[in-house]
Amino acid sequence: MTAVAEQTGLWLTEFTQQPKAAPWIQKLREDAFERFAQVGFPTTHDEEWRFTNVAPIARSKFALQAAAECNVTEEAEPYLARYADIKANAFVALNTAFLQDVQFVRVPRGKVIEQPIELIFRGHSGQVHHPRTLIVVGANAQCTVIETYEGDGAYFTNAVTEFVVGDGAVVDHYKIQRESLEAFHVATLQAAVGRSANFSSHSISLGGALVRNDADAILSEGTEATLNGLYIVNGTQHIDNHTILDHAKPHGASHEMYKGILDGRATAVFNGRIIVRKDAQKTDSKQTNKNLVLSDNAVIDTKPELQIHADDVRCTHGATIGQIDSEALFYLRSRGIPKSEARSLLTYAFAQDIIDRIKVQPLRESLERMLFEKLNAK
Amino acid sequence: MALLEIKNLHAQVGDRKILKGIDLTVASGEVHAIMGPNGSGKSTLAQVLAGRELYAVTEGSVTYDGKDLLDLDPEERAQAGIFLAFQYPVEIPGVSNMYFLKAALNAVRKGAGQPELDAMDFLDLVRGKMIAMKMDQTLLNRPVNTGFSGGEKKRNEIFQMAVLEPRLAILDETDSGLDIDALKLVAAGVNDMRGPQRAMIVVTHYQRLLSEIVPDFVHVLSEGRIVKSGGKELALELEAGGYAALGIQDAIQDEAEAVRV
Repeated sequence: MTAVAEQTGLWLTEFTQQPKAAPWIQKLREDAFERFAQVGFPTTHDEEWRFTNVAPIARSKFALQAAAECNVTEEAEPYLARYADIKANAFVALNTAFLQDVQFVRVPRGKVIEQPIELIFRGHSGQVHHPRTLIVVGANAQCTVIETYEGDGAYFTNAVTEFVVGDGAVVDHYKIQRESLEAFHVATLQAAVGRSANFSSHSISLGGALVRNDADAILSEGTEATLNGLYIVNGTQHIDNHTILDHAKPHGASHEMYKGILDGRATAVFNGRIIVRKDAQKTDSKQTNKNLVLSDNAVIDTKPELQIHADDVRCTHGATIGQIDSEALFYLRSRGIPKSEARSLLTYAFAQDIIDRIKVQPLRESLERMLFEKLNAK
Repeated sequence: MALLEIKNLHAQVGDRKILKGIDLTVASGEVHAIMGPNGSGKSTLAQVLAGRELYAVTEGSVTYDGKDLLDLDPEERAQAGIFLAFQYPVEIPGVSNMYFLKAALNAVRKGAGQPELDAMDFLDLVRGKMIAMKMDQTLLNRPVNTGFSGGEKKRNEIFQMAVLEPRLAILDETDSGLDIDALKLVAAGVNDMRGPQRAMIVVTHYQRLLSEIVPDFVHVLSEGRIVKSGGKELALELEAGGYAALGIQDAIQDEAEAVRV
């Protein structure tokens, strides 16, 4: 038996035990499972997964939470699984094969929702979860969405979130990943953003043993897209952030700022791809990845990937890897602040500008507390 | 008893010897000026006293308030009442001046066995000192030194000194980069703090700061040694004749560069 067949065999039983759903859901699931059965989990020979070895996930046996009826209405049919591509990512295929509990939010055209829409996903030891979220925002509507992932013990979260953002809409998205330190977390965000719309997504990753985030946005004409991220890892944590900003049409602007703090033997990957299609003239794109490395044993691989097919564009990128600034440390100590406190203060300050970009005040405050705890828990 | 007693102090960066046997005694209430050309070791002396780990002390001793100063970490020195006003104050984005100053003041108060100040008492204290230094109150909410002009940075140093009330203040080229008005303001801030319970070491290349902050003693440093000491009139002699009149040349390498080794 091939390795792929061995892996998929485990999932096949659970797949077939799912209660039947509406034919259109059934079709999505079957196509997705077929795809997954063909390709299996990616390996480090796959360029997209070069620095992230998912063998520990492939090897583990997790139970499906509880086979449940699929709750999604037909209203979702034109959108669900039309954006997150099962061919691009085996984990998306696996999630789609287990479509059951779909969080479907539809914001009508022109509607402004002031209160953030909060989605909380909780992992349980020994289980696998395939959370699926679909947010469809009508033209000129506005909303804020906060996804939080947390849990206890060793489990596997395989999340997919699709955003369909109408023309002129404004969407502010936050993903807070504070999984247990034994958990596996793979999450794919796929956003299709309409003309003159503004989409910003902030990914904060604190937990998880093995974490992979894919955040992809396809921009239209005059779209403004922002992808910000903060990852803080220590011990033996591994985090991989892959992002794609795909400028399909002219006059789009994208901003990307990812910051990482690494300690212990932690490893991190940042791969930021910016695509500017032939038609996408006057694109303005800026990508930055900054890393603060606190120990000699932590490793970061950072890679910008610019694919530019238009000639009248402005794209900049930059990556830095640094340590605590010894002059700043001495300055603080020379004023009486103890060394450990001074180090924490400078580390916290490094993360601060990502936190400052969070517009939801209670979330910003709770993140400040979480950060403080994480940075002082040594 | 002297507050500070430096004996035969030798220090180096890597293999490069910078201080080659400094002897200096400073008592409370005294203001000592250390003058000298670029590369003579003035800033190194200031940084060694504050505990910069970049410099290795290879010989000699420093006694502060009866304790072996070289045994103390930089933060312990600050808590014991030593303050260095930096030649190049460091920008720290992401840390507000207010948070920084409150953490510093409470650390120093703790070191002196005083209770920590709460937010209200702290604000009352710093507002008064800011007005005295003609500092914009919004500076409190800005990140430490970030985006400050050269003059604002130097004023911020003296403002910190006023808040922390050290027993030994070391001013490292506090006059550099200041125009004459800013210089007078900074000097007035320093003069306000002179008193019998406080000693100061004023490191400078030029005499002009010393007409504002008049020292009790002047020492001339050359090639890592004090080559001449005297009263305030020594500074005027140097002003008239230059270091060359004492047979002193600028060292080849600029001291500012040496600090960045």
